[in-house]
Amino acid sequence: MVTRREFIRDGIAAFTVGFAAPAFLSSVALAQGVRSRNLVVVYLNGGNDALSTMVPYQDPFYYSRRPALAIPAGQVLQIGSDGSGKTLGLHPRLTGLRNIFNEGRLAVVQRTGYLNSSRSHFQELDIWGTADPTAPTGLGWLGRYLDTLPAPVDALTGWSSMRETPRALVARNVGVPAIPDARAYSFSSPNDGAEAFIELVAASRIASHVPINRPHLSFVNGSIRGALETLDRVASVTAYASTVTYPNSGFALALRTVAAAIVRGIGTKVFWVQTGGFDTHASQGNAGAGAYGDLMGTFGDGLSAFYMDLRNQGLLNDTLVLQFSEFGRRINENGSQGTDHGAAGLMMAIGGAVRGGIYGTAASLDPNPDNPTLENSGGDVRFETDFRAVYARVLDGWLGADSASLLGGNFRQGSPAVI
Amino acid sequence: MAREQVAHLLRRAGFGPTAADLAKFDALPVSAVIDYLVDYERQPDDVDSRIGQIDHVSVTTRGGQFSPNTDIEDARQRWLFRMVHSQRPLQEKMALFWHNHFATGYSKIAGAFGTIHGTKMMALKQGALPGRPGQIELFRRFALGNFRNLLIEVARDPAMLVWLDGRQNVRAQPQENFAREIMELFTWGVGNYTEQDVYAAARVFTGWNLRNATGGLFTSPETYYEFVYNPGQHDTTAKTFTFPIYGDGTRTIPARSAIDGMQDGIDFITALAQHPETARRLARKLWNFFVSELEKPDPAFVEAVASEYLRNGTEMKPVIRFILQSEWFSDPDRWHARYSWPAEFVVRAIREIGWSGFSVDAVRTPLTNMGQTLFEPPNVAGWQLGAAWFSTSAMLARMNFASTLAANQRFNLARSATSLGATPEALLEFFMLERLSPAQFDRQPYNELLTYLTAGEPWTGSEAQIGTKTVGLVRLIVGAAEYQFV
Repeated sequence: MVTRREFIRDGIAAFTVGFAAPAFLSSVALAQGVRSRNLVVVYLNGGNDALSTMVPYQDPFYYSRRPALAIPAGQVLQIGSDGSGKTLGLHPRLTGLRNIFNEGRLAVVQRTGYLNSSRSHFQELDIWGTADPTAPTGLGWLGRYLDTLPAPVDALTGWSSMRETPRALVARNVGVPAIPDARAYSFSSPNDGAEAFIELVAASRIASHVPINRPHLSFVNGSIRGALETLDRVASVTAYASTVTYPNSGFALALRTVAAAIVRGIGTKVFWVQTGGFDTHASQGNAGAGAYGDLMGTFGDGLSAFYMDLRNQGLLNDTLVLQFSEFGRRINENGSQGTDHGAAGLMMAIGGAVRGGIYGTAASLDPNPDNPTLENSGGDVRFETDFRAVYARVLDGWLGADSASLLGGNFRQGSPAVI
Repeated sequence: MAREQVAHLLRRAGFGPTAADLAKFDALPVSAVIDYLVDYERQPDDVDSRIGQIDHVSVTTRGGQFSPNTDIEDARQRWLFRMVHSQRPLQEKMALFWHNHFATGYSKIAGAFGTIHGTKMMALKQGALPGRPGQIELFRRFALGNFRNLLIEVARDPAMLVWLDGRQNVRAQPQENFAREIMELFTWGVGNYTEQDVYAAARVFTGWNLRNATGGLFTSPETYYEFVYNPGQHDTTAKTFTFPIYGDGTRTIPARSAIDGMQDGIDFITALAQHPETARRLARKLWNFFVSELEKPDPAFVEAVASEYLRNGTEMKPVIRFILQSEWFSDPDRWHARYSWPAEFVVRAIREIGWSGFSVDAVRTPLTNMGQTLFEPPNVAGWQLGAAWFSTSAMLARMNFASTLAANQRFNLARSATSLGATPEALLEFFMLERLSPAQFDRQPYNELLTYLTAGEPWTGSEAQIGTKTVGLVRLIVGAAEYQFV
């Protein structure tokens, strides 16, 4: 367990080194093998109910404010207490993550968010994507990182498992391929044999044109080239023999493809995987049944399989999983056995280099409007750790980048020392 | 020039021109074509009756049945058929616009009420089975209707009551989902309201619920669900907002008896619909939809369109006519200035390449791979538009669809090419300028297409060569960046 004291100490240490000598930090990171390192971002789409993921099972207000949803203390997977002495437990369906926690390779950062949470799915996702709460319209925080890599940047340096490229991966100079299904990632032709190949060559040559004054055409041409240049290597991951059986969910199968790419040494530095359904306005259920338990099952079982597969392959030390969601949910349940949009949530980090433990302090759920750990008149959890401080830790400590320039400010102070 | 202006109009206010359209409108001034599109009730609404007829794109039946009112896959086929063949293209285009604006997903509804009622709530055609018309029929009915009235209908729409949980909005514990999204997404957008407004709005809509109107089983297609105002579940106390609700500046919806309480929602919706910020937000969306995604909305356009909207009491028809008649719209610099949506891309390709013997069923999976499953937007904010459509996998899906369609139309394409005489240049000019309507190709990619026609073997113009190269050429043009814009 990381104590708050250690957490503060580590945070300041990292701040000092990073601030004084970013170049040195980068070379250290390089020496530590940053070239083979990869980051797997896991996004829980819809606004994850953090209070159900990690449960303050001894807070009496948790039960009084959630009479239908509260998970009985006897059912949560108790993982100890945080620096403020608050006892916490994982959702009963997260047995795999509890095991990773016990191995010291799961860090949970509580009460992540930012000031004046908008509570809009779409604005929040842009804010988390750009790391810019005031003008969340530009490039993504990881896209900006990709833009710092020395040219030419390989077309598979980023990899989205979604049909779209998420905001976080939008870069100025680097196109991130969207590969929802590696098996379907192919070029078909109305003709056979040599003619089909001639078509492929022609398509590629047409798309190599850069029209003057028509950047929108160039952008689409970039997508065409990005697809055609990566077909062969993407196809090479489809024959992967994993060391564990992954659950049969889209999320787990996307992680399986990511594992295949890592094992193949494709060279991808940033992967994006997500799973949805977290906008639980209704019928959320509690421990035993309901939609939220299924969500946790999908999330936890998929990640555990991925973790064990990489461990068996000896690649755990190369991988860092970073989980987030766009916001937490209201403390009070609503009349539909669900919860509405709230403020602070939680983030997780998993990997061989992770320093496991509970970071930050839990909120008191006392609805007193003066309760400093809540906001919105006691309605929502107030953030304690700026999400950009976690990003800063990942950028500086894992990717060997300079977080201050990429995040447009220094967020190293108080950054949880999860790695 | 007039012909190209009409083609532009039909790409934006419809799903692209067919050769027959261009011939039909050739003698008309552009303004008459605009009236033809906007005053669409003058054209027959007979498109559904033409499903299954020859000379039309096909639909595929499963087990001998075509069930567009109870099977969502068939509902998708029907809608695609309508996009290809409707004589009221602007009505279908606006239905697509509203489907994205009030983005509602079938899966959640089917998850709660089963596939039959999920489909009925999304797509039931009036009279086909007992029950209210599905949501898409609402968007057709209000395609160019009154926005305030559309909002009221949407708030009472069964699919919406399930999608944003209004059916569970009760006095004791109000449900905020619809209350938030009607402000954030359906009207004036983030930044105009506070969390206290969300709480108050949720209370406004307490008791706006859903009921089983027949008492029947949900497994029966004869059963139906409808909106019910449930006075016993309505919060009758006053609701105060941070913005004016009434014309005199009053910010409080007064306490009302339960029986009169539905007026709360009407007052609230009316206030939102008539607010200048709603007018401006709609104007910006319409700029992106009809005028350009390559430029930010011109402030003069936003103010002009917002003022048309407010001046006409939130009626959409004069607003759309104003836009289509404006110089913002007709400026040739803004042709091909919008990234096509996948549905627009596939329907336009079908209308330009041909459909004989092709089934819209073959479009459904490609559309999903391009990122647009009809009746299944990714979330209540709708699809991510513009450049976001063009990820690598989505672009591959477009290229591969072009290949599928060209292969399917191989004989028709070859026949039209053979009659044309036989130099590579003539073939290329014909497809690029007559049959398809891409943005202009620069010289280099144009030459690459010419090179393609003679790659492999020298040009002989033989039937076999034309057969092979024509389908390849069409797939290359339709799969090129230049074709992805409308």
